[in-house]
Amino acid sequence: MVGEGILKGLAETARNFFGSYVSKDRLTTVQYPEQREPQIEATRDFPFLVYDGADWKQGMRCVACQICEKECPPKCIYIDKSKDKKPDAFGKPQFYPATFNIDISVCMSCQICVEVCPFDAIKMDVDYHLSSENRFGGLLLNKQRLSKSNEYYNAIHPTEAAAIDAQRAEEQAKLDAKAKAAADAKAAAEPKAAAEAALARKVPAQPSAGDPQ
Amino acid sequence: MSTAIHPAASFELEQATEPGMDQLLEISMGPQHPSTHGVFRMNVVLDGERVVRLKPVFGYLHRNHEKIAENETYLGSMPYTDRLDYMCPLTNNWAYALAVEKLAGIQVPERAEYLRVITGELTRLQNHACLIGFLMQDMGASGTPLMYAFRQREIILDLFEALTGARMMCNYMRFGGCRVDLPAGWLDQAKKVVAEFPRFLDEYERLLVGNEILMDRTQDVGVLSKELAINAGISGPMARASGVDYDIRKVDRYGIYDRFNFRIPLGSHGDVYDRFMIRVLEMRESVDILQQAMRDIPEGPIVDPKTKIRGFRPKPGEAYARIEGPKGELGFYLVSDGSPNPYRYRVRPPSLINLTILEDLCLGRNVADVVVILGSIDIVMGEVDR
Repeated sequence: MVGEGILKGLAETARNFFGSYVSKDRLTTVQYPEQREPQIEATRDFPFLVYDGADWKQGMRCVACQICEKECPPKCIYIDKSKDKKPDAFGKPQFYPATFNIDISVCMSCQICVEVCPFDAIKMDVDYHLSSENRFGGLLLNKQRLSKSNEYYNAIHPTEAAAIDAQRAEEQAKLDAKAKAAADAKAAAEPKAAAEAALARKVPAQPSAGDPQ
Repeated sequence: MSTAIHPAASFELEQATEPGMDQLLEISMGPQHPSTHGVFRMNVVLDGERVVRLKPVFGYLHRNHEKIAENETYLGSMPYTDRLDYMCPLTNNWAYALAVEKLAGIQVPERAEYLRVITGELTRLQNHACLIGFLMQDMGASGTPLMYAFRQREIILDLFEALTGARMMCNYMRFGGCRVDLPAGWLDQAKKVVAEFPRFLDEYERLLVGNEILMDRTQDVGVLSKELAINAGISGPMARASGVDYDIRKVDRYGIYDRFNFRIPLGSHGDVYDRFMIRVLEMRESVDILQQAMRDIPEGPIVDPKTKIRGFRPKPGEAYARIEGPKGELGFYLVSDGSPNPYRYRVRPPSLINLTILEDLCLGRNVADVVVILGSIDIVMGEVDR
């Protein structure tokens, strides 16, 4: 019968239409601004800079090594290295970025900057509410706008951030142990050194003592 | 007064050389025509409703992909390959990674090979689902079939997002493996999605396959003969719909495709209906491959530890690697001169080469059929224009 195939197809649309009232997987859309889909953990859009502690200027992990600037495929990162050095989170004096701009209108969210960063300083954000009235300045993010705390990073990518925190804590512990060992060695060496010093003082004294004069 | 010949006068001269030309109408379809899958333009000469001549005009989306890649590091080109055929980024990544691995002689760990097959076949599923939706849309079935297809595609894109971080611009493969391992629970989720996929196909078939309008619009429309398909270098589902038994997964057995048990569906007529059905059948085979791959996937490293991300310089030489992309043979040709960026980088895009026979398929058909035929070729302008 002509039209049988069409009727069969219409039965299918009817099943979907009425099914959408009862079955969740037939009704897949959400009413966006009011309802939102849960965030998928691995999601990425644009890079941001991680800082430790409360002060973004003090705790910035970036040491302005400029690897990400060099490796970025569309070349959207602009870094100026500082002239002086500041102590980083591990207390080692490091350079810091005097300017760090990312033009997110050029960025293509490939996350190669994240992969090449040896300091875990640059990570991918998930914030997609980025519209701006200013076409150029509004999408050129400077250091301050890029800086986000480690707590924020932990909130958006928990698994990844926890692994990095553990790794950094281990490094810190190693450094502490090293510092402690050095201090211990110094402390252990101190009486010995003092004794040696005393001995050294004595040594020239001895001949004087044994001086026939 | 100007002495130049008036445009109308030159048109008359042309008319005089070709009898009956005054009856013909030349129209420009695209580049903003909604049916052209992007910015593709056809200059069509019509005799009434019938197509007498058809000239494809492309290049509107040209982004200088190959030249950019020649000035970029090997890794730096990887995210650009996502943007070639933006419907299936993971197969593009795979083909490019395969070419570089061939060039530098890098081995891929077992688990990474399985990950590649899984993501590649999922890409094929979502590409074909999309294509049949778009094809119905082109035919005038506005909305319903496309929305069903997109509903299914979105589920797969969610899997991609959970694994790679992005729905479409995945940038997932690396030379010698993949970038990240599966997150917890991903495989179970993927198994569920794949197990439910045949349900979508059944629904789709009930919706459309017996439909009389669909048959009228597609059967014996745009017939591509086996000879022409071979001579024009057509590959992928287009060629198989014409009965050419050529699938690079079987011919080259790249990666680990020799371990899976799957069949290659072949068409017999080479018309639009066959090209539609071949995609449905291929999706069923892909589901088979996926189930086998997800059952067998071993534990282990996902990337060859010897390859480095920065300062990658393959030895001078050349390599061509190809895979069976969802649209056909996708190949990358690389020439290295030992520097950090390729000396020559060339893409063999299936969409472009499948598009070359458009005029042959459309001659003598109605304008409305042109839209359907173009839809069945499955092009993505990002890949055609590069």
